[in-house]
Amino acid sequence: MSLVIKNGHLIEPTAKFSAPTDILIEGKFVKQIGKNLSGDEVIDAKGCVVCPGLVDIHVHFREPGFESKETIASGSRSAARGGFTSVVTMANTRPVIDSAGMVEFVNRRARETSLIKIHPAATATKGMQGLEMTEMAELKAVGAVAVTDDGKDISSSWVMRRVLEYANMVGLTYCAHCEDESLMEGGAMNEGYNATRLGIPGLPKAMEEIRIDRNIRLAELTGAKIHIQHVTSAGGVEIVRAAKARGVRVTCESAPHYWTLTDEAVVGFGTNAKMNPPLREAHDVEAIKAGIADGTIDCIATDHAPHTPTEKDVEFQLAPFGIVGLETSLALTITGLVETGVITLERAIELMTSVPARILDLKYDKFETGVLREGGYADICIFDPKAEWTANPNEFHSLSRNTPFTGMKLRGLVKKTIWRGSLVYGT
Amino acid sequence: MLDAEAMDTALVRLAQEIVANNEDLHAVALMGILKRGRPLADRLAAHIDNMTGQRVRVGSLATTLYRDDLRSGKNVGSVGTHVTHFDFDVEGLTVVLVDDVLSTGRTIRAALDEIIDYGRPKKIQLACLVDRGLRELPIQADYLGWSISTKYEDHVQVKLKEIDGEDVVLLERSAEADS
Amino acid sequence: MTPAETSSPVWTRKDLIGLEDLSRQEIEMILDTAPQFVAVSKRGSGIKKVPLLQGRLIVNWFFEPSTRTRTSFELAAKRLSADTLTMNVQASSSKKGETLHDTLDNIEAMHSDVVVIRHSFAGSAHILAERHDSHIINAGDGAHEHPTQGLLDAFTIRDHVRKQKNDPEATIDGVRVAIIGDISHSRVARSNIWGLTKLGASVVVCGPSTLMPQDIARMGCEVTTNLREAIKDADVVYALRIQLERQAKCLFPSIREYIRLYRIDNESLKHAPEHALIMHPGPINRDLELATDVADGPRSVILEQVSNGVAVRMAVMHLLVNS
Repeated sequence: MSLVIKNGHLIEPTAKFSAPTDILIEGKFVKQIGKNLSGDEVIDAKGCVVCPGLVDIHVHFREPGFESKETIASGSRSAARGGFTSVVTMANTRPVIDSAGMVEFVNRRARETSLIKIHPAATATKGMQGLEMTEMAELKAVGAVAVTDDGKDISSSWVMRRVLEYANMVGLTYCAHCEDESLMEGGAMNEGYNATRLGIPGLPKAMEEIRIDRNIRLAELTGAKIHIQHVTSAGGVEIVRAAKARGVRVTCESAPHYWTLTDEAVVGFGTNAKMNPPLREAHDVEAIKAGIADGTIDCIATDHAPHTPTEKDVEFQLAPFGIVGLETSLALTITGLVETGVITLERAIELMTSVPARILDLKYDKFETGVLREGGYADICIFDPKAEWTANPNEFHSLSRNTPFTGMKLRGLVKKTIWRGSLVYGT
Repeated sequence: MLDAEAMDTALVRLAQEIVANNEDLHAVALMGILKRGRPLADRLAAHIDNMTGQRVRVGSLATTLYRDDLRSGKNVGSVGTHVTHFDFDVEGLTVVLVDDVLSTGRTIRAALDEIIDYGRPKKIQLACLVDRGLRELPIQADYLGWSISTKYEDHVQVKLKEIDGEDVVLLERSAEADS
Repeated sequence: MTPAETSSPVWTRKDLIGLEDLSRQEIEMILDTAPQFVAVSKRGSGIKKVPLLQGRLIVNWFFEPSTRTRTSFELAAKRLSADTLTMNVQASSSKKGETLHDTLDNIEAMHSDVVVIRHSFAGSAHILAERHDSHIINAGDGAHEHPTQGLLDAFTIRDHVRKQKNDPEATIDGVRVAIIGDISHSRVARSNIWGLTKLGASVVVCGPSTLMPQDIARMGCEVTTNLREAIKDADVVYALRIQLERQAKCLFPSIREYIRLYRIDNESLKHAPEHALIMHPGPINRDLELATDVADGPRSVILEQVSNGVAVRMAVMHLLVNS
């Protein structure tokens, strides 16, 4: 039983390949890439780009504990619809993923219910309390791909230092949510003119930047690798840029909403514009784009953070932080970065496939993730880069609807997602 | 319909009737219904002063807050900014309401309600310059300058020097009414 | 009935959420509608009531204790002959379970006409107004807006300007208002900045830098931390209430030092023009932000603010419901 994808334009950034070609899939594997291939079944990818299945190293699938927001099953459907075949799920579930048993629980649920590959991250501290570190060697042995207390920063610089040192020894990267929570004081949106006129307590950029800087300096001290999550501000980009210039082993990500929206989106008190870190200002958006263009920002991640409509249907200050992102990520990247000339489509795909996979050294079985090669797993995204569509949360495959992009005109539509040779989205 | 001279003649006659009907002018207050009732009340007071040497009290009544068409929402947006003003107690007085045009009677109904919220006058009387008919409530003028039969479509307008720069009553019959 | 005043401007809004949303013309329409209601309250032995909202249900829904604002709205509703229902809600009990929308659905099931809401979170009135049919009046939402306070303050200032100039049509164009105190947490300051500047006044806000929100100058006011500079040319000196709890949050060092820098008293007022009016939204912390002899002195119009508050709120309710 073989499947051939014909007439598509293959983009494979690690091979620097971008040209029309066919792809022959046999079983779970890519059998051959080349011209005029044939197989038992044919997918006509005319007008479409064919690329490695997308990779998101920052998603919240909420299982266990918050299954009304999202489950591993629903999250994987949402990911598949967004063109993703591999995701890294954050560990701030209830209970948190801080033991081998919990990692195995996620792996089992993934085997039983997921349409795509789930790579669990585990917490770096027990109970995500920021006090004592977890058994990282064992966590890694059962499949945790990273350690992170995402959702919170580790307050104690002592603990953070030791976590970075130990994680480095074990061979895990720490993914850092950078936030000086002592500056929070009820803050719910970016501190600035819009917060002032809306009367909403502000979250200053310094809150994030102070800890980006601290965490990078601790990585520098210990020689550990560190990945900075969701950089939002011009200052944050600058700190990372300077650290890279010093040779620190730092990588970072930003998310589509940070280059698409500003804190103006909060005017009207819509809670779907509430996330942490918050939407910033126009010059920050420019800095994020510049950071993506010059490589300071290494990759794109969504911080897919589902919350139920009921939870979000409250006063702005009471609403939980976070928005869903998997089903709009590729289109927002094409619309906001490619169409505007910030980066090429080839580079955009690189930022959503091989780069994030390599940051966390994502593999499964013996195969590298985020690439499309003969002999490797057939994880493939097929999308029409020119197709226009309108974001409509009612069509989401996620259990949640919390997007600030409702009604936005987007370009770039995922047509089919293939995971290990099987169609997991599209017909 | 009525020029300045005719208007003045009518007002003098109304003043005479008010004097004739009310023995104790100290107990009389003229209450002009805003906007054009107030200048008319002032003029009546001046005529009464000329005739008798007595100054009767004069006040203004907005009636807006008692209009029945506001509450029903039928008079959208026209909430009015007139302010009722008088500096005497109406209790025990004879209050003469003064208005330019008497028609449906609804303004007078509102004026009656408003006055009674301020106190209990001994009597309330009504003086109007023009009665154009079309009554919707059982209300009649005690002192009337002019009476004319009109249709709803007709347009009756009183202009006063103090507000409009001239004294005149205009009647415009609608084309439909002619046919 | 004569078709009088049909040329007067028309009120079209369902709700009153904030003065940022209103045009100068709309603000003036409210201020021009208010004097007839001042007269109603001053009826002496007469019935201090008009039948404009007879049979209407006005719900006062208060999530924060506020005797002053609540009684003012309640009285305004009663003087319009409406039925009133007051719901005092503990903010904590409302957090879990029922949402704001649920509760309003329940209120509306009892056929409310106007819902007056006071809430400790910004935007609560706004989100309700978007989705529900009742006329929503914002009686203060967090640090966002307190539009009826802004309106009654503008009304009080205009009233005095008109008396001073002996011109019943005078506006507050060019009047200078200094607002002193905790600007950060003040919805009163925000509504006043929007309202007064739209009416042509100039506003300067003054307080410690720790209680000054970022970029507030972009709202159209001047900003200073120096009291003398703020009140130097002020026609109105407006003191805000200082919350004593803010000390614990490290927002100012002590009452003593606050008094030293920002109290409005006869000493500091030596630097303000003689004619400057003294205003305060109440309740006053006597001798803290405002000295007693100033609060009770001849320049103080604080009690007029309270009286005018009822009339302005009557005007707002009347315009919302009867337009």
